[in-house]
Amino acid sequence: MTAAGRDPAATLLRVEDLEKVFRSGSWLPGRRSDEVRAVDSVSFTLDAGETLSLVGETGSGKSTLGRLVLRLIDPTGGRIWLDGVDITALSRRQVRKLRRDVQMVFQDPYGSIDPRMKVGAVVAEPMIVHGTWRDDGPDRVRAVMRKVGLHEDHLDRYPHEFSGGQRQRIGIARAMALEPRLLVLDEPVSALDVSIQAQIINLLRELQRESRLGFLFIAHDLAVVRHVSDRVAVMYLGRVVEIGSRDDIFNSPAHPYTVSLLSAVPIPDVPRERLRQRVVLHGEIGSATRLPGGCRFHPRCYKARLVATRDAVAVVQHGDESLPRACVVDDPATVELAAGHRAACHFPERGPERSETARSAVVFSGRGG
Amino acid sequence: MSAPDRPSPQKASGNPPVLELRGLHTVFSSDQGPISVVDHVSLEVSTGETLAVVGESGSGKTMTFLSVLGLLPPGGRVAGGEVRFQGYDLTTLPPAKLRALRGAEVSMVFQDPLTALNPVFTVGDQLVDVIRAHTGDSRRAAKDRAVALLERVHIPHPQRRVNAYPHQLSGGMRQRVLIAMAIALHPKLLIADEPTTALDVTVQAQILELLDELRAELGMGMVLITHDLGLVGTHADRVAVMYAGRVVETAPVASGFARSRHPYTRSLYRSIPRLDTPPEAQLAAIEGLPPDLARLPAGCAFEPRCYLGRGREDCRRQRPPLVLAGDDEHRSACLHWQRMSPEGSQA
Repeated sequence: MTAAGRDPAATLLRVEDLEKVFRSGSWLPGRRSDEVRAVDSVSFTLDAGETLSLVGETGSGKSTLGRLVLRLIDPTGGRIWLDGVDITALSRRQVRKLRRDVQMVFQDPYGSIDPRMKVGAVVAEPMIVHGTWRDDGPDRVRAVMRKVGLHEDHLDRYPHEFSGGQRQRIGIARAMALEPRLLVLDEPVSALDVSIQAQIINLLRELQRESRLGFLFIAHDLAVVRHVSDRVAVMYLGRVVEIGSRDDIFNSPAHPYTVSLLSAVPIPDVPRERLRQRVVLHGEIGSATRLPGGCRFHPRCYKARLVATRDAVAVVQHGDESLPRACVVDDPATVELAAGHRAACHFPERGPERSETARSAVVFSGRGG
Repeated sequence: MSAPDRPSPQKASGNPPVLELRGLHTVFSSDQGPISVVDHVSLEVSTGETLAVVGESGSGKTMTFLSVLGLLPPGGRVAGGEVRFQGYDLTTLPPAKLRALRGAEVSMVFQDPLTALNPVFTVGDQLVDVIRAHTGDSRRAAKDRAVALLERVHIPHPQRRVNAYPHQLSGGMRQRVLIAMAIALHPKLLIADEPTTALDVTVQAQILELLDELRAELGMGMVLITHDLGLVGTHADRVAVMYAGRVVETAPVASGFARSRHPYTRSLYRSIPRLDTPPEAQLAAIEGLPPDLARLPAGCAFEPRCYLGRGREDCRRQRPPLVLAGDDEHRSACLHWQRMSPEGSQA
């Protein structure tokens, strides 16, 4: 959907050096307040008609980033533009107007719909709230319902009469009611059964094709992400550690975290799966309150351990293992590896070396966690 | 670790079954009368092997094994069938005897490691409780065993962590503690119900590897209940697929499962996005919804959604029995499995 040369006029969303720091614990006398750097200088763009996925584990900041873009919470630094208009510092009234253009679909279709409203009212509500309800309102509601694959006689029913998949359709209909430009989808299929996931994914693609919607797709399921995305941003402890086209990320991942994440996803094909090499990471993601110094991924990184033993680099001793000095001391800058493909790593994986180092990484696998 | 290194079972099929279900039938009472949530399920698990039980929500996969353990929620009861384990029929065992087996000879690991642990006791206390409930160990000896168990499940600094409260541990660590608890008395059978669904994908890989390792070393039979077809390939020896309370297909993972002989299984495989198939393709979604268990059709429960059998007279009339399909370890509950194209699951 997006050509290699990006057209600046097509840019729907632009985010630059976005930052969100939460503070906590300061109400206790004599205690230092904790800082959580949930989102840490994140930059990206998203075109109309394009899907950019944010992937990462729990605590990576992907949902916080989604809420920042929706202006549900205020950033502590950086800027957000929608259609070239700076929306970073809008007043409450202006944020309400913004909602017409930017809508959200939530993970839990049970929790995001008022159980006492009939489905017709659920879908009509955004039109009424935003003052776009006219005489043709009922027709528009019916049109949106049809678009998402719901039947007209569903209008008079209550949400509890629907299955999870149908309820997610209602959630999508509500988000589409104002004909937005951008949808933020936070784990839209992860609560659904396998046989229903495919129905919703296909529906989302159809809607995007019809109306050139931009999708910011937040998910942890990499197989789903590969299926829906044009581009992918991989987050780790608040930072985008790698961003690129779908093929960049899935065929030539550069950041060791991306490599590890991909290798952890099981493939439902027995012979192929049994031939795969797997990198098992050390430990877990840790906490954004106590960010490790240097590169935030170094405590779990297989590549840092490999480089320290294989290459002539300055190393520091860390417990019983040695790590490259750079990884422990310097937070890596984001560098462009190819057009549109960027990673924040001192020793990114490149070319044929990739499979070789990932294989030797098996040596470091096992324990931890 | 690379996949081929998975510790293999000691020739699973040759081993005697540690657990055998024969026509297990579990019902829940409801306004519309009794509902069969487990509908005449027959399965077996051998010593040292992992049986994956796959299905969507409401398929009965969890209820089957809660029935085995006598842990059904209120309203549910076993209405028929047998559960053979260690020479007993668990469905007729007196509650006290069943309690003694549970946790010692057969144990279970649940999905959510936070709610399964008591937040006001240290993990050591909780391990000691389990050990002392089933053995005559002194508190001190039990504590030593608890530390050894934490080490066994690869928790770093077990001496220190034994005094930690659940909230001080990460999700992956908590699941390791629960696994330690489950293997504390060297059970013959471990039932893991979605053990990694609440965990991140990199941690999921660690936990599944730990379970594989323990199964091989302790020679346990293992049941892995999951909705994730991806896990089946590397972490199971045999698989049973459930739909609407019934087993619709069973097969050894290595030989037969890539060539599924039930339309539901094949459709499920085709509907999921995968890392190794072209991403541009439209997903082959299964139309319609899983059936309402209170209003099951008279015939095959999958018939209304089935690409092969929809509208067929015989599929609507009779419930297909689970029969041998092709070779002696592959069973399918489809009247028309022979009409299925022989191609593999990857369409």
